[in-house]
Amino acid sequence: MEYTLLILLLPFFSFLFLGICGKWLSHKTAGLVGTSVLGIVTILSYMTAYAYFTAPRGADGTFATLLPYNFEWLPMGNLHFDLGIMLDPISVMMLIVISTVSLMVHIYSFGYMHGERGFQRYYAFLSLFTMSMLGLVVATNIFQMYMFWELVGVSSYLLIGFYFTSPAAIAASKKAFIVTRFADMFFLIGILIYGYFVGTFNFVEAGADGQVVDTMGQICGFDADAAKFIPVALGLMFIGGAGKSAMFPLHIWLPDAMEGPTPVSALIHAATMVVAGVFLIARMMPLLQSFGTIGGHTVLGIVVWVGVFTAFYAAAVACAQSDIKRVLAFSTISQIAFMMVALGVCTELPTGHHHVGSLGYMASMFHLFTHAMFKALLFLGAGCIIHAVHSNEMSAMGGLRKYMPITHITFLIACLAIAGIPPFSGFFSKDEILTACFAYSPFVGWFMTAIAAMTAFYMFRLYYGIFWGTENEELHAHHTPHEAPLVMTLPLIFLAIVTCAAGFIPFGHFVSADGQAYDIHLDWGVAGTSIVIAVCSILLATFIYIRKRQPVADSMAEKFSGLHRWAYKRFYMDEVYQYVTHRIIFARISKPIAWFDRHIIDGFFDFLAWGANALGYNIRGLQSGAVQKYAFVFFLGILALTLLFLLA
Amino acid sequence: MIQIEYMLIISAVMMCAGIFGFITRRSTLAVLLSIELMLNSADLNFAVFNRMCNFGGNEGYLFSVFAIAIAAAESAVAIAIMINIYRMLKGIQVDKLEKMKG
Amino acid sequence: MNSQNIMFVILAAIIILSSIATVVTKSVIRAATYLLFVLLGTAGMYFLMGYTFLGAVQTMVYAGGIIVLYVFAILLTDGAKGQDTKARIKDASWGFILALVGFLVFLFMLLKQNLFADIATLDAPQEPAKCAATSIDSIGNTLLSSGEGGHLLPFEAVSVLLLACIVAGLLIARKR
Repeated sequence: MEYTLLILLLPFFSFLFLGICGKWLSHKTAGLVGTSVLGIVTILSYMTAYAYFTAPRGADGTFATLLPYNFEWLPMGNLHFDLGIMLDPISVMMLIVISTVSLMVHIYSFGYMHGERGFQRYYAFLSLFTMSMLGLVVATNIFQMYMFWELVGVSSYLLIGFYFTSPAAIAASKKAFIVTRFADMFFLIGILIYGYFVGTFNFVEAGADGQVVDTMGQICGFDADAAKFIPVALGLMFIGGAGKSAMFPLHIWLPDAMEGPTPVSALIHAATMVVAGVFLIARMMPLLQSFGTIGGHTVLGIVVWVGVFTAFYAAAVACAQSDIKRVLAFSTISQIAFMMVALGVCTELPTGHHHVGSLGYMASMFHLFTHAMFKALLFLGAGCIIHAVHSNEMSAMGGLRKYMPITHITFLIACLAIAGIPPFSGFFSKDEILTACFAYSPFVGWFMTAIAAMTAFYMFRLYYGIFWGTENEELHAHHTPHEAPLVMTLPLIFLAIVTCAAGFIPFGHFVSADGQAYDIHLDWGVAGTSIVIAVCSILLATFIYIRKRQPVADSMAEKFSGLHRWAYKRFYMDEVYQYVTHRIIFARISKPIAWFDRHIIDGFFDFLAWGANALGYNIRGLQSGAVQKYAFVFFLGILALTLLFLLA
Repeated sequence: MIQIEYMLIISAVMMCAGIFGFITRRSTLAVLLSIELMLNSADLNFAVFNRMCNFGGNEGYLFSVFAIAIAAAESAVAIAIMINIYRMLKGIQVDKLEKMKG
Repeated sequence: MNSQNIMFVILAAIIILSSIATVVTKSVIRAATYLLFVLLGTAGMYFLMGYTFLGAVQTMVYAGGIIVLYVFAILLTDGAKGQDTKARIKDASWGFILALVGFLVFLFMLLKQNLFADIATLDAPQEPAKCAATSIDSIGNTLLSSGEGGHLLPFEAVSVLLLACIVAGLLIARKR
């Protein structure tokens, strides 16, 4: 498995090459370099996955965790930071997801970014992002994970702000960076607390005889203090994960992140980066299950309720948005919240009846996999549409199915998948999540089912708004929308095929909470209900939105104008943040601090500088260049010395 | 009875006159003359101290010879510089030589 | 009051008056002339001390060489025709005060210490060894010997310095 190192190194060198030499390359060369490097990485990832999953299982029926590379990077007393590559089922699964989506986005960007200024820079950033995300998932320890986590944040910042001439993009990139950094601060504190009490950052340790020992589930020998602090550390880590995965109330950066190029939205803000938080929770799952309890509350419980609320909130907002990328952004938030909920309901240790207590782990990873594919598909499709009509607003669209047949069909497949209609992949993974939720508590189960129905509704509202409904004659008169070029539709077709097929992957055989092979079997009670509800909401959406005029929707919006406006304004969360940051934090805390800094601290140093300046100005006269004055002072000095010795 | 230390008083008078001249004269050549005056007083001191308290050796004596040689060398270079300055500035008044100013 | 003392008084008067005149006269060329008297007086002092070789060197190098050089320089520049511009009274008075205070401090020191009050007077007979030490041939030997009491190193240092000054003088003063 030594070639796994190339998976990280190749995109990194590609980034360096494109970043440094980019301006001497033509657009075509730069794109080809980036894409072909990523193609190699994808092939290597697939090889890794194949080799990993075809290797014989261990005696206990699990896939062995591998450490192809691990070296001590920074020794610090008892603690040490390592760098390395760790392969276990979820990291291998993530390798596939990231490399596949990233490759599709690379190919797609060829068409989408055609002729853009900074094309080479764009590909360099894509390489950087891919490298950091791959490094994140194969990290052997939480500190390495944190490093790549921040790199992911940086590349996300760079890509959101790619159109650096647009003020909105700049503001969005800053917002994303600041919000995620704010969350990462808690993550870092959590890591440090964790390292202090546990004594290691590593997920696994290389054992004596080449065996890899899982250190996380079986931390032993800490005292009562540590038992009190480990859940706190885990909770802080969850805040970091919530920031990256856009959980309420740290979700505000994600909708704005849509200012970046659309393929970037597909790659980062839908398929890969935002699931980093989910991945983190999955990675820490043994700890969360064993040590996540404090005073009767569990960290996982917090995860569940944050997830449930976020899923509902985002779905509600998505129903009222008119910008198609924003609808997709909120649907992403909602779907990631589904994954979070699925992880949160893994209350039992994966021993014994592992089907019941920790089904959510498998379900969450499965949904992560399928969601990455169909959400990337949705965003890339949206990119094609935006490319065709040059607008993000639904009002500029409508009736596009005649003009863009491939986009239309693939988009429909993705909508069906996210709505949870069999046999598309979303159905299977969402069904597992709902089953896990019902096992946790019926309330959560029904609530999540309702949100799934809302998902179906708003996705089909989007679908009908784009491809059916009123055609914007005025806009189309001087610019007829046309299908995107092949280089853009090819990824759509590929992802659509994956979306159709992924549901039949025996995912439980590869990833499950205890590592044992697990057969996914549909619980038809849950599945049937969710299908019926999804179909009902699709029909409702069809009834409301398919026709050219939409009297029902308009009258509903009028009748519930308050609610509609609230949802459209995203329940004024941005305004709340604005108020909190500007009126409270800036005005009450930062301003006095700034005043103190400016007038007291800076003032002190200004005074020093002024004093030195004044002194220099005043003694400047001594350096007059007049030799005789120097001599006068010199003789005066001699006289003074003489007197001193004489009188002393 | 004239004690030899009276020579030191003469030397001191020369030195103080040199200091006064160095500080107050405006012509650079006059300043150089003042320097010669001071050097000369130092030479005299060498000789006097050698005569007074160095009965065995003659270091003071010899160093006064060296000092004379050095004074000659110094004035030669100084005068060369003066002539050069005179060529450039058409004058050797000290007030004009303020280019050293930083 | 023997002849030596008379000589001393005369020389002292010449030196003091001339040195003061050197620094107060307006004309630079006159200042150079007064300086010549000072130097010659100093040479007389050396003779008086019995340092005949030193006196000869002083006369030849200082009075004969350096002063001539100065006179040439003064004549080459505007020193001869232009009067030295008058120093401002304020500056001059500060310099005068400094010089005077320095002199007074020196006198005070001399009187307070009463240096060597009865060690040596001018008319004290010199010891034979002392006379031998300051004879010309012993000076030559001392200058050029590197053994005990030899001064070859400073001698060579001075010769190198003289060479450097010749080169520097030529370099600086040459016409460009």
